[in-house]
Amino acid sequence: MNITREDVIRVAELANLELTEAELSTYGAQLASILSYCEKLNELDTKNVEPLAQVLETGREITAQDAAEAQHLREDRSRDAAIIDEVVRRAPEGVDSQPAYFRVPKVIDR
Amino acid sequence: MSASPTPPAGSNNWTIAGIRRALESRQISARELTNEYYARIERENPRLNAFLALSTERAFAQADAIDAKIIGGEPLPPLAGVPTALKDVLNTRGTETTAGSRILKGYVPPYDATAIERLDRAGAIFLGKTNCDEFAMGSSNENSAFGPVHNPAALDRVPGGSSGGSAAAVAAGLAVVSLGTDTGGSIRQPGALCGVPAMMPTYGRVSRYGLIAFASSLDRIGPFARTVEDVARVMEVISGRDPLDATSADHPVPSYTAGINGSIKGLRLGIPAEYYAEGLDSAVRQKVEAGTARLKELGCVPTPIAMPHTPYAIPVYYLVATAEASSNLARFDGVRYGLRVPGTTLGEMYRKTRGAGFGAEVKRRIMLGTYALSAGYYDAYYLKAQKVRTLIKSDFDRAFQQVDLILTPTSPVPAFKLGERTDDPLAMYLADIYTVTGSLAGVTAISLPCGKVGGSLPVGLQVIGPHFEEGRVLRLARAFEAAGGFDL
Repeated sequence: MNITREDVIRVAELANLELTEAELSTYGAQLASILSYCEKLNELDTKNVEPLAQVLETGREITAQDAAEAQHLREDRSRDAAIIDEVVRRAPEGVDSQPAYFRVPKVIDR
Repeated sequence: MSASPTPPAGSNNWTIAGIRRALESRQISARELTNEYYARIERENPRLNAFLALSTERAFAQADAIDAKIIGGEPLPPLAGVPTALKDVLNTRGTETTAGSRILKGYVPPYDATAIERLDRAGAIFLGKTNCDEFAMGSSNENSAFGPVHNPAALDRVPGGSSGGSAAAVAAGLAVVSLGTDTGGSIRQPGALCGVPAMMPTYGRVSRYGLIAFASSLDRIGPFARTVEDVARVMEVISGRDPLDATSADHPVPSYTAGINGSIKGLRLGIPAEYYAEGLDSAVRQKVEAGTARLKELGCVPTPIAMPHTPYAIPVYYLVATAEASSNLARFDGVRYGLRVPGTTLGEMYRKTRGAGFGAEVKRRIMLGTYALSAGYYDAYYLKAQKVRTLIKSDFDRAFQQVDLILTPTSPVPAFKLGERTDDPLAMYLADIYTVTGSLAGVTAISLPCGKVGGSLPVGLQVIGPHFEEGRVLRLARAFEAAGGFDL
C-alpha cells in the first residue's frame, strides 16, 4: 500500500482541511499503514454477502408499511423551534436582524 | 450496596436510593448534597482533569426545585437530587459544550439533548461536563484538546476513552452517576479501566438527539454508576422512543430495576475462543476466568462458542466509523458555531477553520474516512467493510441461538501509562478489539469490575446481550455484584 503526497493533498482538499507540511508527510505514512491493515478484509469472500444497512433488521421481507413505520414518518408540517435568534447570536458572525442570518465571505463573483 | 444506610458526610458511597432516603428523611437537602459534590470536585479535579466545565447555576436551581418539592410534601421524581456528570459531546442548554475540541471552544448550545432533558425531568442535578477524547475519537482520553484525564486508580495512567472523564468522575466519587457515549467501546473500556459498571444500550434504545454525532450507525448514549442498580435506574429514565431521533426504537422499556434481582440459574454464557487469543494480558485473563467461574458457581452454564469473524472487526470498524465521521464532521466549518478562522473565500475559510480547529486524531480519521468514500476506493474499502459487518452481525445472531449472553474481557490490557501509545495510531485502535464487535452488531453490553491486577489496576468483564435484552444483562450483572465479583 503506497499513498503519495498527491493522494494526501487530494483527500485533504475533498475534506476541506488545510494541512501543515508536517501533517502532509505523517498522514501519508499513517494512512498507508492503517489501510494496509484493512486489506486483511480481502481474506474474506463476500461475493454473496449483502452490505449491512440497518443493524436492527428483522430478517423477514420488508413491506412498504414496515418501511414507513420503521422510518417513523410524520406529518409534513412546519414547526417553530423558536431558537433561531439564539443560534444566530451564538454564531461566529451571526447577524441579529429580521430575518437573522450568518455572514460568510462572498461566494458569487459578479 | 444499594441497601447500605446513608453514608457519613464526606464519604463517596452515595447511591440513588440512599440519596432518596436521606432527602425524604430530611437528613440532607439537595443543596447540601450538591455543595458536598462541588467541594469534592474542587479538591480532586485539579489532579484528575475529569471535568471541563461546571454548571453550578443550573445545578443549584435543580437542587432548590427538589428541596421545594420535599418541603411541599410533593412526590419526588426517580432521580431526585442525584449528582450527575455529563460527557461533553452531549448538548446541554446554557452550558459550554466543546466535544473536547478547540473548534467548539466557547460554544453554548440553546437546547438539551433528549437524554439530558429526560434526566432533568427525572430530578437529576447536573454538576458539569466531563472531559473526553475530541469528538469521542480515542481510547485513552489523550486526544482531548484540553489535556488528558488521569485514572483515579493510578494517576500516571489513562482512564480509557473516549468517555474517560465520565468514568473517572464516578470512580473518584465526584458524581454519583454519569452519561457517556460509546461508538466502538467508549463507555465500556473506560468503565473497565476505571473500575465502574458501564453500559452500552442496544442501538436505538436511547435517543441520539442532541448528541454531537461521530458515527451515526454506531453511536450510543449510556450510564456509568457505582452499582448495577444505579445503572438500571438511569437506563429506565433515558431509554425509549423519541420523535426527534428517527432511529430511536418503539420497543417497550421494561422496569430494569424490578427485574434486576431475578434468578440467573441455568443462563447459558457463551465463551468465544477468539476473545481469549493472542494479545490478551495473562493477568487480565486470569481475572476474567475467575469471574466466569464465579458465575458458574451461581448456576450459569459457560458454553464455548465460535465467533469466527472477530479478527476482522477492527478494520471494519475503522472504515465504517471514519467514513461516517468524515460526513458528520463536515458541519464544523466556521459558519454556524464555534471557531472561525477568516479567509478571503468561503472555501479558504472552511479549510483554515478546520485545519486549525481539529486535533491530529480527528484530522487523521476525517482523512481516512474521506479516502475510503472517495471515487475509485468506495467498493474496495467502505462497501467491503459494510459486507463484512454483515458477517460480524451474523456471528452474534448465530451465537444468541445457542446462548443467552456472551462473556468476554472488556479490554485486553489494564490501564496503560499516559503517553505510552500516542505515537502509533494502529496500536491504539487495537485497544478496542473486544468492544467494536458489539458496536458493529448493534447489541447491548455492560462492563463490570472484575478484580484488580498489579495491585490497583481494575479489570473489566464484558457481558453482551441480544438486541433489547438490557434486562437480562443487568440481572446477570447484579448477581455478579452481589456475589462479590467486583472484588475478585
